[in-house]
Order: sequence, then C-alpha cells, then structure tokens
Amino acid sequence: MATIQVDGRSYEVDGKDNLLQACLTLGFDLPYFCWHPALGSVGACRQCAVKQYRDADDTQGALVMACMVPAADGSRISIEDEQAREFRASVIEWLMVHHPHDCPVCEEGGHCHLQDMTVMTGHSRRRYRFRKRTHRNQYLGPFIAHEMNRCITCYRCVRFYRDYAGGEDLGAFGANDNVYFGRHREGVLENEFSGNLTEVCPTGVFTDRTHSERYTRKWDLQFAPSVCHQCSVGCNISPGERYGDIRRIENRYHGEVNRFFLCDRGRFGYGYVNRDDRPRRPEWHGETEETVTLDVDEALDRGADALREARRVIGIGSPRASLESNDQLRELVGQANFSTGIAEREQVCLTRMRRLNRDAGLPTPTLRDVESHDAILVLGEDLIQSAARLGLSVRQAVLARRERLAEARGIPAWNAEAVMTLAQDARHPLFVAYPTATGLDDVADRCLRQAPDDIARLGFAVAHAIDVKAPAVEGIDESTKATAEHIAETLLAAKRPLVISGGSLESTAIIEASGNIARALATRGRRGGLMLVRREANSTGVELLGSRPLEWALDELTRGAADAVVVLENDLHQRLPSGRVERALSAARTVIVLDHQRTSIWERADLGLPAASFAEGDGTLVSLEGRAQRFFQVFEPRYHRPETRIHQGWRWLQALRASLKRRAVPDVTLDAVTRDCARHHPALAGIVEASPSADQRVSGLKLARQPHRYSGRTAMRAHLDVSEPRPPQDPDTPFTFSMEGYYGFDRPRREVPFAWAPGWNSPQAWNKFTDEVGGHLRGGDPGVRLLEPTEDIGDYVNEIPPPFTSGVGEWQVVVLPRLFGGEETSSRATPIMARAAAVRLHLSEEDARRLEAEEGDTLVVETSLTRLSLPLRVDTTLPSGLVGVPAGLEAALVTGDRAWLSLAPEGEEEPP
Amino acid sequence: MNENAHLLASDGDGFILDPEDLRAIEHERAHYEQPQAACIEALKIVQRRHGWVPDGAIVAIAETLGIGPAEVEGVATFYSLIFRQPVGRHVILICDSSSCFLVGYDTLREALSSHLGIGFGQTTADDRFTLLPVCCLGACDGGPALMIDDDTYGPVAAEDVAALLEDYP
Repeated sequence: MATIQVDGRSYEVDGKDNLLQACLTLGFDLPYFCWHPALGSVGACRQCAVKQYRDADDTQGALVMACMVPAADGSRISIEDEQAREFRASVIEWLMVHHPHDCPVCEEGGHCHLQDMTVMTGHSRRRYRFRKRTHRNQYLGPFIAHEMNRCITCYRCVRFYRDYAGGEDLGAFGANDNVYFGRHREGVLENEFSGNLTEVCPTGVFTDRTHSERYTRKWDLQFAPSVCHQCSVGCNISPGERYGDIRRIENRYHGEVNRFFLCDRGRFGYGYVNRDDRPRRPEWHGETEETVTLDVDEALDRGADALREARRVIGIGSPRASLESNDQLRELVGQANFSTGIAEREQVCLTRMRRLNRDAGLPTPTLRDVESHDAILVLGEDLIQSAARLGLSVRQAVLARRERLAEARGIPAWNAEAVMTLAQDARHPLFVAYPTATGLDDVADRCLRQAPDDIARLGFAVAHAIDVKAPAVEGIDESTKATAEHIAETLLAAKRPLVISGGSLESTAIIEASGNIARALATRGRRGGLMLVRREANSTGVELLGSRPLEWALDELTRGAADAVVVLENDLHQRLPSGRVERALSAARTVIVLDHQRTSIWERADLGLPAASFAEGDGTLVSLEGRAQRFFQVFEPRYHRPETRIHQGWRWLQALRASLKRRAVPDVTLDAVTRDCARHHPALAGIVEASPSADQRVSGLKLARQPHRYSGRTAMRAHLDVSEPRPPQDPDTPFTFSMEGYYGFDRPRREVPFAWAPGWNSPQAWNKFTDEVGGHLRGGDPGVRLLEPTEDIGDYVNEIPPPFTSGVGEWQVVVLPRLFGGEETSSRATPIMARAAAVRLHLSEEDARRLEAEEGDTLVVETSLTRLSLPLRVDTTLPSGLVGVPAGLEAALVTGDRAWLSLAPEGEEEPP
Repeated sequence: MNENAHLLASDGDGFILDPEDLRAIEHERAHYEQPQAACIEALKIVQRRHGWVPDGAIVAIAETLGIGPAEVEGVATFYSLIFRQPVGRHVILICDSSSCFLVGYDTLREALSSHLGIGFGQTTADDRFTLLPVCCLGACDGGPALMIDDDTYGPVAAEDVAALLEDYP
C-alpha cells in the first residue's frame, strides 16, 4: 500500500498501480484513451495528464502522464490544477481535429468513451479550420463495421487484437497524422475475439454489425444480467433488447470469469432468439389435422390428456436448458423415467470429469486464475474452438512470463510497451497435444499432433514421469518417453502448473490421463490446477443432476417399455444418428417437445410448447469451472407480441404437472423452482446462493433493467393500443421491466444489468463497479462454485490404451469442435452461418494420396446408417489414419460405436 | 490452420519472389532472433529489384518471414522511402526541412515541378522521374538540397536543375 495526496487530500492506494489506475480506483473522473485495464499503459494519447509535485514545498509542479507514473508512496498530485485541466482540454481538441461531427448517425453514440471524455474535459468548440483527412473503410466480415474517419489513433485496437488476442490480420499502417487501422486487404477479421474491438475502441471505428441491422441507442435498450449459453465457459453478458428482439450483446464484467472480453460466438451468436420461424405459440401436430396453434390452457389440457393415457412417460432433458427446467422435467416424469438427453459417450466423459474435479487433488482455477499459471499442458482440446474464452486466458498465462521478467528488473507490469520490448518472444511453457493444428499453436512450446489414444498414452507417460507410482505406459517409444519426461520436468519446475483437458475428443482415456497428471502433481505437493472442458452451457450442471443417457431413453421407447416422451430443449438429431432417434419417436404414441427453436424434433412432435430462450427466461447454469450462475429474463415477449405464449421450460413443466393431476396451475416462481432443485439434489444445494432472490432491494427499490433515459415507452406499443399498459411484472427476479428502480453504482450489488455511471456511458463504466480497476465487482462476483476438490486424492487410473494403428480402408473419426457452426443454437444465427467455414473432411496428405483425392474433391462417407458426400480438406498436420469431422455433422455420420468409417472418392465407391 | 480461406480477399496476386531475393531475405532473417526484425531489409531487397514494393510482395515477404502481412504492410507504410506505388526510373527527393526551407527550398521545388510538369507524389509520363519531399538529407550546410537516386546535391539553384537532370536518362 502507498499513501498519495490528490488535490490536498490523502488516500491509501496500491503502490504497484500507476497514478491513473489509483485515481480511477479512488473514483476520480480522470480522462484517458490509450490505457485500458487489461492492456496497460503506453502513454501515447497524453490525455491523463495531472500535475505532480516533488514535495510539500513544490508549488510549481510538473505535468506528468498519470498512466506512466507509479503511485509511489508520498506522491502528491493534482487533477484539478488549472494547467493540467487546460492541457487535457487541448489534448482532446487535437485528438478531435479529424474526428467527424457524426455523433447523431454514429452507432457508438450513447456508449462512446470519446464522447464521455470530451464532455469530461469540457471541449465544445472546434478551432481547426482546415480539411480533415479522410479514409476509405474496409469490409471486415459479418461481425464488425469499419469507419476509420472516426479514429483518434489511440492504438488500443491493435494492442488488443495483436498483443492480447494473438490476431495477425489487423495492423497499423502509415505514420504521422495519416495512420490507418485495418487489414492489409479488405476481408473478414480472422481472430475469434474480434468483437471485443467494438468495446476496446474508444470511439466508433469498430462497431457491431449485427446490431447495425436494427440499431438502438444504449439508453433505449432493456438489459438483464445474463450468462452466455453458447459454450460451457459461462461468460457473463448483458443482452440488450428493444421491441421484443435482442439487438446486441455486451460484455458484463465478471472479476473471475470473462472480465473485459467475450468470444465472437458469444457476442454475435444471439440471432436465434430473433428468428421469425421461432415457435411462439403452442402447436398441435395431429395425424389427421393440419398444425393447430393453441392457447395455454388448451395446450396443457391436450398435453395432460396425452400423458394421462400413456402407460409410461420418458423425459429427455438437455445440457442447453437450465437446471430448473431439467429438474421440473424430472419431477414431471419421475427419476426412474428421466434421461439427461446427453449421448452416452459424452456423459461418461462428463462423469469422469466431475469425479476428477473432486478427487484429483487439484482445484479448478477460474479463468482469471488460469492467467497466473506458469506452465500449461493441454491434452486433447483445441481451446479456441471448444472453449474460446478459456483459450484467451491460456494465451495470457503464457504471455505473463513477460511480466515476470519485467518484475525482476523493476519494470511495473502495467508498463506495456517496456514489458513487451524486454520480453520479446519469452513465454511460459505451453504444450498442446491434439490431432491437428490448434488456435494456440503460435504460443505453444510444442504441438504434438497425435491420435486420441496416443495423446492419452502421452498423458499417462507424463504422470508416470512426475510420480513413479503412477502406472507406466507399456511399449512406449523413446521419443514419446523423452517428450513426456520433458513435459513432466517443465510442469514440476513451475510454481503453478496447469493441466487442461476435456471431452472434445470423447476419450475417457485422455481425461483419466489428465487426472493422473493432476494426482501426480498433487502428490508431489505442487500447487497447480486442473481444468476440464465440457461442451455445452449446462453440461456440468445436468451431469450433476444426474441420470441415464439419451440412448437409454431411446431404447425404452423403441422396445415399447414407454409410449410417451417429453423432450426439453434438445434437438436429438444433433446427438445421435437420425435413424435411431426416428425409430424411438415413431414408437412413442405421444411426443411432447419444449423448445425455443423450430428443430426437426419440434416439427414431428404431437404437441410443441414454446419455451423461453435465455432472453425470455431465467434459470441456473453450471459452467465448466463448476460455477452455478443465474441468467435473468431480458424482456417479456408478450409485451410487444401479445399473441406470444412463450414461457420458461420450468414454468411449462410445472403447469403440465398440475394439469396432469387435474389441479389448478400454481403461481410458481424462479426462487421456488431453484429451491426445489437444490433440495432434490445435494450436489446442487449451493445454487440457491448463486444470486440474490427476487425480494432483493437496493435502497428499497427493485433494480431497473432500463437506463433512466429510456425513451418512447408510451409510444412503442401505440400501434397495438393507444393506452400504455402497466409494465410487465416480474415475480421471479429483483429486476423491473422499467427504468424505475435502482441503477446506480455506489451501492454494491452482484447482478448488474448494464453498466452506467454519471459521465461514463461506455463499457469503461465498469471501473465504477469494481473494487479496483480490473478487480472484482464490489458487490461480489456472481455465482457460486460447486465443485471443490476433497482432501482425499483418488487412486491412479490404469486405463492406458494401446498405441493407435491405422485401419485398412477405415479411418478413425475425430470430431473437431468449431467455434462458428459447431454449436446448435448459435448456428441458427445468420452472422455465425456467414462466418462458419465450409464443412470439409480433414484427411492427412498421405491418406489423400492413397485415395488419389485432392483438396476440394468430393469424398463419399459410408456408415451403416448413412451416406454423405463432402469435400476434402488436406490437413498437413493431421496424422494418417484419422478423419477429422467438423462438429455439427457428427450425429449424422457416426454410428453407435462411432469410431470408424469408410471413405471413397465420389464415383468410385463400391456398389451397395 | 486458416479456416477462413473462403472468406478472404485473394492475396498475393501471383507475385513470386525472385529466387535471388528470396535467398537474400532468408540470409537477412538468419541475422536476427525475431523474423520481424528482417522486415525492413526484406522490403529494401524487393524494392531494389522492382523499384517499389508491389502488393503481392507484401504477402510473399510475410510468408517468407512467417509473420502476418499486416505486420509487413505496417512497416512498409511507415517508412516514406519504401514505395508502395510504382515510381519512375529515378526518384528525386527534395528536402523540405527547416534549414533548406530558409535558403530557397520553395524556389527549387517550383523549378523542378515546372521543369518536369509534375507535383509531389507524381511520376513523369515517360516514367523517368518521381518527385517526393523528404524531411532531411543531413545536408543542411549545402541547402537547398536534393537527392536523386543515391546522389545528394546542394546547394542547387533553380537554373541548375535542367543540367542536373540530364545525368539521369
């Protein structure tokens, strides 16, 4: 700690900070541009100038850039000093010399850091009388719009994109007053985190194109604290709604998870919420009649009648639905008839991972904590594709060696340019074992491209090299042994080694190998971490809820042991081959489907009940970290579309249960179903604490979902009814569908729908909500962790597979996760579809040659169930004997045993 | 693994580095720990052969050095003496910094401009000369100064211009 004097008053600050960080943490409004809490200082923009005095006798003082001066004990500064104020005003004036007067038509307006800073410094009149320099803009793909004329040359974009996220295709071109930020040629920004440019850019150079289509100012959007549903990481988001559609997704600061950044799937994958073809009313698809849309009571009656007639009802849950909805389904059908809706091979992996989280001796780090590990081994995951935000944290962990080196020389970590110049290519060690190239290879020490079984063998060998009591790998070749020993030495030499694995390759051997390494490290007394990647938003949670896999449910139906099925938010065709799913559904007399998408299952259901997506519903998810987090309803769909009958899955299921028992439908609330779920499942007992209950009040008020400047409320429904109805009531949460309610920052609270503070309209307003810049929310970071390791370290597992050998005329399938196009719901969003790469089969050069096929040739895939033609991608990094299948296709391709399939060039396949 | 190949503008324009240049670039690269350090030299090597750096060369250099084309382009556009547009057979650089400005840079610039019929950044129709400003030639004792290709002249009087240019066919 250090004591500094600001304008004559003394404050305690962290002496490791610079003066700008210290001032912002203290709550002063000191303007800045090039500094960013996650990117550090470069002292380029000169905006944060303050007066610094040598001592009490120094009345003259000197201007310094607050971001470049340590907050050393005894520092005396003045923010209010007249010369400093004038200096800051003149800096804004010249930064604005070329800036267009286009705020009214600029999509940054209303959440623009440049606007905020301009107002803060008081600059209001342009004196520059000359021609402004102008630029041509570039097409940067479906996510980001480009308007270079607005640039103030702060360099934040390239510092984030290149230095932080590892992107290569955004650069700074030119010099002096003619600097251009863009691609070297027009084209799609390749980096998976490009969307953060919209928040990192202090003005409107990079804006959200998906928002642009139907634009609304930030102050006119309705927000709720939400959790991203597009993978298992559990990033916190603030979706903004207007007129019943989600218009954009902003990062919601969480001090332990996503902090300032999201991946592009999470930010731009929301389009499925707004699809015109979404089911919005219950539908009855009878055998003889056309589709009939029903009202709620009628739907419940028909559903209850059908279920009442059934001998036995199976419930199929979903890892993309909330714990509450899954639990209510389980309540409806009974534990003996409930399936998780997850395919067996995946569920087996999930169960193994949950056990390892408890008994492998190493805790699961948070994403923030990942960044403080100094040696990382990734077994069988391409993190940028399967858990992108985690991949970004791994990149920071690897780059953090820079800061260690700087520390040793007394250079503070925030001095970004000095730290980078000093460290050059120095990195913490990262090893990646995966069948093909991954998104972290550019910062990896070693990339081992191997078949899943060989990756597992390597992992087991590493564990054995760390602790001889771990089982040895028989018949291991010398080079693998040497590699394993090198990795083991590196992990042991680290202060905090981290092992990352997961279910992407659906190999329990790989997962257990990572468990053995964790146990070996724990046995050797290393303070490390074990991170296990799950696939979907609530995979971890539904596994904790626990039950039988999807295959069991389908078999019960197929063999006639049950004659009705209720499917919750789960397109089964995405999980198992269609034939098998169809056989089961055809065998059932009644199929009831709850979903928010018109899936193929919905289309063939007898009764479809329109469920809420994350935007219209609330519930709890458990992330890969074991963190239970609540997401809250953003808007009430009926307010703008009165014909809509969308309800949360749990609300439908509760009502269906009441109707089945011929009882009146009770008034159920989120808190009640959450408590029920916690009571039913001891492992989930903690979820009640994941967020405040509906009766939370701040200053006696509920919390506002709408900014206080929200406009047009009395007019926005005028086409339906000239008298404005009462705003929808929300019995489930502490939030109002209104601007009435608490929205400030000075009373700490955990769940913040949108960040705003007086003078701070941009995402930089989050600095007002945190205990220190880049720290934790003052009200506590949301969520509660459920999976902590126990004292007892489990026994080593000895399930070492034999080495991989290529088949003859057969290839082992490896499913390659895809950030864009590899996930069920976001693949229904137009921008994600536009960004997704064409689906291709990956084969090694050698295998392509053997098939006499070339890049782009069509290959025919034969399995016992299906036949598919797909173009070939010759993947120079893939080992021979494997065929890489992009995620999203595998259910159609892969048979029950899933492992192998045969291939032939088109026109040469054997006759059936 | 570039999964976005289908979305990118076509790069390279079929430009192929001359084998001799490729060797020279690889030789330069070997001098440094980081490949990007060889970027300026690589650009100079290409410019020596072509007189300027064509678009395709940016991609070719990036591939040779194993860095992104944006990084190469960033270096190329930063330096005023790396030419990203075609130039004439001879490049005339007139110093416009303060010392030369005080002793007649304006007159010299106008003389050259009217003699050649081109302004700054332009090339004569016969591709013989390109006229550019330069911030300092380090010839302040002999201002107003100019440089043609590798030769520095100064002080240059307006009436000397025609004769001077005759040496550069």
